[in-house]
Amino acid sequence: MAKLQFDNIGITAMAGCVPANKIDNYQFTEYFPADVVKDVVDKVGVFERRVANAETCASDLCFAAANRLIEDNNINRDEIDALFFISQTADYRMPATAITLQHRLGLPSTTLAFDVNLGCSGFVYGLSLAYSYMQQPELKKVLLLDGETRTKAYSFKDRTTGFIFGDAGIAALIEKNESFGKSFFSLNSDGSRHELIKIDAGGYRKPSTCETVAEKVVDEHGNIRSEEQGYMQGADVFNFVLREVPKDIKKTLTLAETVKEEIDFFVFHQANSFMNQYLSKKLKLDSDKVPTTIEKFGNTSSVSIPITMISELKDKLVENRKLLLCGFGVGLSWATAIINTDHCKISEIVEI
Amino acid sequence: MEEKFIIDLKEALEIEEHEVALTDKFRDYEEWDSLNRLSLIAMLDDEYGVQIENKEFEALITVADLINKIK
Repeated sequence: MAKLQFDNIGITAMAGCVPANKIDNYQFTEYFPADVVKDVVDKVGVFERRVANAETCASDLCFAAANRLIEDNNINRDEIDALFFISQTADYRMPATAITLQHRLGLPSTTLAFDVNLGCSGFVYGLSLAYSYMQQPELKKVLLLDGETRTKAYSFKDRTTGFIFGDAGIAALIEKNESFGKSFFSLNSDGSRHELIKIDAGGYRKPSTCETVAEKVVDEHGNIRSEEQGYMQGADVFNFVLREVPKDIKKTLTLAETVKEEIDFFVFHQANSFMNQYLSKKLKLDSDKVPTTIEKFGNTSSVSIPITMISELKDKLVENRKLLLCGFGVGLSWATAIINTDHCKISEIVEI
Repeated sequence: MEEKFIIDLKEALEIEEHEVALTDKFRDYEEWDSLNRLSLIAMLDDEYGVQIENKEFEALITVADLINKIK
């Protein structure tokens, strides 16, 4: 059972980056009539989102965020011991994007660097990885980069996914300090449900061909996508979230020997506003404690938790605060963490 | 039970003005779509503590089928 505990490790600084290109979802009527668009947007609650241009990768968003973090906090680049890049929209199939970022960011060749291929649960997993490495006595600074250009992975002509996703990248610095106290993680996987959110082709199981990139009508509603674009069985994903997520949150609260009243902020993966509102209601959470960015950044997959912290909790993590983070989705994979923050320095969001 | 369920169903699917019969095929309602499906899932979970996976759900055709499932 993957329950993890750590002492005196925490996030000391964060920075985020979003594409400057903003889509007003109600006006996004290129592929569907305005009344259909209104119905979908009303329900999913994504009013605006950021979409990267053809040249901008997740790594570029993370690069800009990392540079902002390093400059704002006068970090010596030679002191960064490890770099992790969490993404399912990497630059290349090989090499790992983390290694190209080590060079681009001017980090020393003694930096360990690799990619982690996870979606909506990715930030919490990445954090557990950073915390684990930070237990090493020689390591002092871990740079966790988490970026997604999810809009490039789905079809705008498929209304089940075409209005939800946005692009973003973040950087977080993880260090040791006694003021952080204990942190707790619960990490979970269910591969029997790997077909609920998936891109079928373009990997090595079903390599890219002319056929796999061809757009096709996929259902009776006339939604269009190729086999190299993602799909989501939303109803079953929702069932899974209702069944597993509240259970995992309760389990993690028990592990941390705390109660939900002691948590200052609950930061959930921003899936869609319907799902998030229902989750808050089911858990009986006070909405002041549940920051959201789904309305302005959409679902940015693994980036949605940290971009919500950066955007909504910028001035609220100066004091010592207890946060519960929970990510759930593609895999299926889900993870919950209870962490403390203390003087977490959050930079203004960069736009590129 | 049946009466309460029909009230809950009307609310979830936003079809308060309709007459709903046990023999209705709920997918034939004009308002039925993948988003209303989410509302139905939330209602079943919230009011009856029931989660029905897609495979099972596909076999449920009428309002009576839904009621049998939650009994």
